[in-house]
Amino acid sequence: MKILVCIKQVPDMESKFKVNAAGNWYDDTDLAWRMNEYDEYAVEQAVQLKQQVGEADLTVLCIGSDRVRETMKKALAMGCDRGAHIADDESYLKDSYAIASLIVSYAKDRGFDLIFTGMQSQDRGSGQVGVLVAEMLGIPSLTTLVEFNYADGTVTAKRELEGGIKAKVSCATPALVTCQLGLNTPRYPTLPNIMKAKKKELISTPAAELNPEASLLEVLQVAPPEKKGGGLVLEGDPADLADQLIKILKEKTTALA
Amino acid sequence: MKILLVAEYRDGKLLGTNSELINFATQGGGENCMFLVGSNSTLPNYTGKLYLADAGQAGEFNPSLHKQLLLNVIEKEQPQMVVLAHSSYGWDLAPRLALALKAAQISEVVEVKDGNLVVPSCNAKLRRQVKSTTDIAVVTLQGGAFTPAEEPSGAPEVIKVEVAAAGGDIQFAGYEEAEAGGVDLSKAEIIVSAGRGIGKPENLEVIENLAKALKGEYGASRPVVDAEWVDPSRQVGTTGQTVTPKLYVACGISGAIQHLAGMKKSEFVLAINTDKDAPIGEIADVLAVADLKQLVPILTEKLNAM
Ligand SMILES: Cc1cc2nc3c(=O)[nH]c(=O)nc-3n(C[C@H](O)[C@H](O)[C@H](O)COP(=O)(O)OP(=O)(O)OC[C@H]3O[C@@H](n4cnc5c(N)ncnc54)[C@H](O)[C@@H]3O)c2cc1C
Ligand SMILES: Nc1ncnc2c1ncn2[C@@H]1O[C@H](COP(=O)(O)O)[C@@H](O)[C@H]1O
Repeated sequence: MKILVCIKQVPDMESKFKVNAAGNWYDDTDLAWRMNEYDEYAVEQAVQLKQQVGEADLTVLCIGSDRVRETMKKALAMGCDRGAHIADDESYLKDSYAIASLIVSYAKDRGFDLIFTGMQSQDRGSGQVGVLVAEMLGIPSLTTLVEFNYADGTVTAKRELEGGIKAKVSCATPALVTCQLGLNTPRYPTLPNIMKAKKKELISTPAAELNPEASLLEVLQVAPPEKKGGGLVLEGDPADLADQLIKILKEKTTALA
Repeated sequence: MKILLVAEYRDGKLLGTNSELINFATQGGGENCMFLVGSNSTLPNYTGKLYLADAGQAGEFNPSLHKQLLLNVIEKEQPQMVVLAHSSYGWDLAPRLALALKAAQISEVVEVKDGNLVVPSCNAKLRRQVKSTTDIAVVTLQGGAFTPAEEPSGAPEVIKVEVAAAGGDIQFAGYEEAEAGGVDLSKAEIIVSAGRGIGKPENLEVIENLAKALKGEYGASRPVVDAEWVDPSRQVGTTGQTVTPKLYVACGISGAIQHLAGMKKSEFVLAINTDKDAPIGEIADVLAVADLKQLVPILTEKLNAM
């Protein structure tokens, strides 16, 4: 069985974000980078599937600058067999359509039985790439999965809907699935596996060689949200803060009445 | 601009997001019409043309078929924009439709500014103004961003959409309801919630103690529930409970939209977070910038001593 998992490297969401000089995305200096949270669930599920079926080859794919190779190594240490890095210093300017077209030019003649993606990227949050890839490849896709099972060429899964309701769905492979929070608990790479991962194949291919399609979306402006007056921000010593908070709760709420 | 709205229907009922779609279209002026896979016996309050396919024939969840039915309506109506809710139905269908139309897709719109659509990025810490370069755009709206002041009224002019063959590459085998039982937070007057910022399950006690000191219940954000530190019935948010307490204390919760959706109607929100820029600050009445492991126990102690 051939499996592909697509991951994105994103900044830690607790970072302070500044708009870049061109005004079209965030400034990428002074940020801590990690694997997109939803993609961790995707990698974990792909590794579990590989363990389940035994005979499987699992490729992790990531589009981005050389910096993303670090995050790909984590996926290799979690259990992916090989890495396909699509080198693109300007991937952040590409919209989901262009990113999906790059993934498809890599995947189209490689006969993957299952493709895993996250349901959305934390920085862009468009939730489009996975479904677009499947549609471009002409294979079924199941989205927002919180449960995944595979047997005899069929994926049986549960999609998460609003209000805690789930939908039971299935489809035949080849297929693509997008992974949601709660699907599984991603493993931590062990030290021996981190060492082993260093020897795994991790090939970089320039994006231009894959003839990506042009973006369909234009970004006009990026800015922090306007502060809507907002509330009071208190800083300082915890004991003082506690006193201030109690005073406020007494004055502004009936919680302490 | 002509807009086609894609309404939602689940388990025999119309969903509340439909009024947000209508409100979005009405705000923009212009012409609009609606598409729904639903039932003739439960029609949305809407003034305009409603293209209705029967869910009994087309299935409530059959994305490839719904896409095809929509493409037929789009060909007839020639809208410049197709609008769906950014929901489990909408974000699943929208990219399928966008690709078939080779249209740009704009996900999770929160605002219209100078005629352009604005979407959030980086857990709402940034906003992007974007523009489609294609003649038709597929758009999804963030839940709650376009809630109308008043529910829409009117009766639609129904145009029946024929469903030839069902088929499709995905089999839908029904719904699984949320587990009943557990804690009903919807009636709680005071809720103290734990987020991922608690760091480890042992720290949950700190949150529970504050909840006790305030004579309230404790709740949690999704990651804390997924990690099985807290019972799922205590989850607040789109996929958990919607709460409206007098006081909501968010400890180590960043304020992702799906969490806010479940608690933003709280009367008073106190957030405790080490990140001064955490999006929870947008809706909090007070944001105490502090390590919850330090502040919460002191606060609890002082409350208990009162
Ligand atoms: C379809 C869908 C449905 C979802 N439904 C829900 C839902 O119903 N409910 C829900 O909650 N989420 C839901 N989510 C997830 C949501 O997007 C966020 O991932 C989640 O709310 C984040 O939880 P958090 O704020 O606890 O964690 P994080 O976003 O990781 O935030 C942790 C916060 O803790 C702060 N912090 C860290 N250490 C400390 C410390 N020592 N003291 C104080 N503060 C600290 C950090 O600054 C940060 O702001 C859903 C997501 C999707 C895609
Ligand atoms: N640059 C990228 N490289 C590889 N995969 C990506 C990239 N961007 C997005 N993806 C995949 O597509 C999913 C959805 O992303 P998005 O449509 O941007 O929300 C992510 O969870 C990843 O699995």
